[in-house]
Amino acid sequence: MSVRVGKADHAPAFPGAAKRLMGNTQVRQNVRRATDTIRGKRAKVVAEMADWEELREAAHAIKEHTLRYLDFYLEQFETNCTRAGGQVHWARDADEANRIVTGLLQGRGQNEVIKVKTMTSDETQLNVALHDAGITAHETDLADMIVQLGEDEPSHIVVPAMHRNRAEIRQIFLKKMKLQELGDRPEDLAAAARAYLREKFLRVKAGFSGANFAIAETGSICVVESEGNGRMCVTLPEILITMLGVEKVIPSFNDLEVFLQLLPRSATGERMNPYNSIWTGVTAGDGPREFHVVLLDNNRTGVLADKEARETLDCIRCGACLNACPVYRQTGGHAYGSIYSGPIGAILSPQLQGMEHSKSLPYASSLCGACYEVCPVKIDIPEILIHLRGKLVESGYPPLAERVAMKAAAVALADGDRLAAAQKLARLCQWPFEHEGQLRNLPGMLGGWTAFRDLAAIPKESFRDWWAARSGGKNA
Amino acid sequence: MLISLFITCYNDMLFPETGKAVVRVLERLGHTVEFRRRQTCCGQMHYNTGYQRDAFPMMLHFLEVFRDAETVCAPSASCVAMIRDHFPKMAEGAGDASLRQAVDDMLPRVFEFSELLVDKLGVTDVGAFFPHSVTLHTSCHAIRSLKIGDKPWRLLQQVRGIRLIELPYREQCCGFGGTFAIKNPDVSAAMVSEKIRYVLDTQAEICTGVDNSCLMHIGGALSRERAAVRCLHIAEILGASGPNAQAGGAA
Repeated sequence: MSVRVGKADHAPAFPGAAKRLMGNTQVRQNVRRATDTIRGKRAKVVAEMADWEELREAAHAIKEHTLRYLDFYLEQFETNCTRAGGQVHWARDADEANRIVTGLLQGRGQNEVIKVKTMTSDETQLNVALHDAGITAHETDLADMIVQLGEDEPSHIVVPAMHRNRAEIRQIFLKKMKLQELGDRPEDLAAAARAYLREKFLRVKAGFSGANFAIAETGSICVVESEGNGRMCVTLPEILITMLGVEKVIPSFNDLEVFLQLLPRSATGERMNPYNSIWTGVTAGDGPREFHVVLLDNNRTGVLADKEARETLDCIRCGACLNACPVYRQTGGHAYGSIYSGPIGAILSPQLQGMEHSKSLPYASSLCGACYEVCPVKIDIPEILIHLRGKLVESGYPPLAERVAMKAAAVALADGDRLAAAQKLARLCQWPFEHEGQLRNLPGMLGGWTAFRDLAAIPKESFRDWWAARSGGKNA
Repeated sequence: MLISLFITCYNDMLFPETGKAVVRVLERLGHTVEFRRRQTCCGQMHYNTGYQRDAFPMMLHFLEVFRDAETVCAPSASCVAMIRDHFPKMAEGAGDASLRQAVDDMLPRVFEFSELLVDKLGVTDVGAFFPHSVTLHTSCHAIRSLKIGDKPWRLLQQVRGIRLIELPYREQCCGFGGTFAIKNPDVSAAMVSEKIRYVLDTQAEICTGVDNSCLMHIGGALSRERAAVRCLHIAEILGASGPNAQAGGAA
């Protein structure tokens, strides 16, 4: 099995990638401005909801239940989708999913396909596989189109071109759409995109989408979006292919009530998505004549097997944790080296790919908890990060110096007298680094601290020494 | 009330003035403070960095040292969060029912310093005098794990002579995160550099909080910038009294 998440297998470690990307002040400014805006909108529409916490609890419970009986619900979905005229395909990994999609298009003589925004096909790098097979994929979501035309990678789950500003987008459009003139007002850019896309909507006979939800009870697919491009892609073509991760299934139509309140508020700060498309199989004389669903595993079942971390699969890809994350705010999404960035990416990518990849990602967090606070399905991301760090330590991943230091600290912290002795030793060792009461240029890993910040020298008397002197050893 | 002080390992060595201030405040309120010298650490650094195996004996040691303590007070929200959030999980994971019971018996007796004052002792006015302008960084574990809310703010509001100024983006992490600051020094530095910009914008003389770890980070960055703002644990403000009280102490 070849599990792959985007191009993450070639990704550099997070600290170095982050350092390089933070050098781009334009990206940092774009990301900060955009996340501040979405955070503000989200906070406003969430505050309107008296039962927000209950909705989060309900969503978590529905997801946990579904994952527990995932085999049952997937087969129920397959049965009902098939009954309604759809065809269901099962893909073990990214390559198998890409082969299925490519084969379906080639078998019907299609050399172009219009796509709704989908993270899952970015995960499998479908566009690359299609290109290799001589099929042109057209991204029709505005931001995804900007990323595609800019020969770029998405930097956010919901807002893939967050790292770009208006001026940069105008440049990409001018060059790639071969325009002579273009304004830089949002309406100018939207009009250019509309003209560019409309021709494709009307001409291309094959459509491709992801799914926000697959409903087992009815065999239906639900896609939410803001621009209407999705509605075009799932209704205009003759053949429609939908690819989704197996964790996207929910038991019943009624469950949408919970998720369709949580998702738009968390994702874009909207009370409802402008376009909510729900369809079941095929309908004679209306919409696509042929409908295929590709259910992708790509090691989701491996994640499911780890009960400490399986709630990672509850994720509905709203991106709220990215917008809330103070680390993402500084680095943007590309630092994570995976199409799943931010806090959810830091737990999802290493688990999907196996721990030999993306090993620095579980440490790419200060564990501040802002992600858990905003997560609409209550994934305890900090706890899962700690759990994954534990697995990395057990596997001997951290550098030897760190492991030795941690062991030495554990020995010193085993008892009060040992700790007192270790404190005295640390005080003796600090003199070469002390300068006007501050420690500078500390050696080894501690140098990471003193590169950017001072550290006050260790005071002459510890609290325990002071207490002993004050009380004459009472309370010992 | 007899209050047992869990000073926490890093405060013990790096911020003894905070411990002294806690003692001063509690004694001023008429309570008796004890210090059990066998105490060491809650195990947070090891646990959060992935060395859960090494954190386990530290939990056992903590439970043994404080087993019969009436009330335990720690001037560090993140250490209390470690105890409250992770001790039950560690005991559960060990599959030892008596250990789980020992943790359950312990938890209701452990308080972060400002929690102890407001919730357990029911005071917000501790008779402090501190004639300085102060801004408050609400540390992540305090607000998100302990749900400490506005308790530190309410305590500060009662201090004579103080001028409180709200910190913009006060709920945003300063970028410390324990070993995060060392493993991801550039990102951590970028985070604290945004934080100190907001601190400087307030034009306060002092930045306070309930965790010396965050304050050590913010203070270290301010010091490197040669900024005049100083960081001071909330206990040291609440412990200050008398018209000649000066901003003193660590960080």
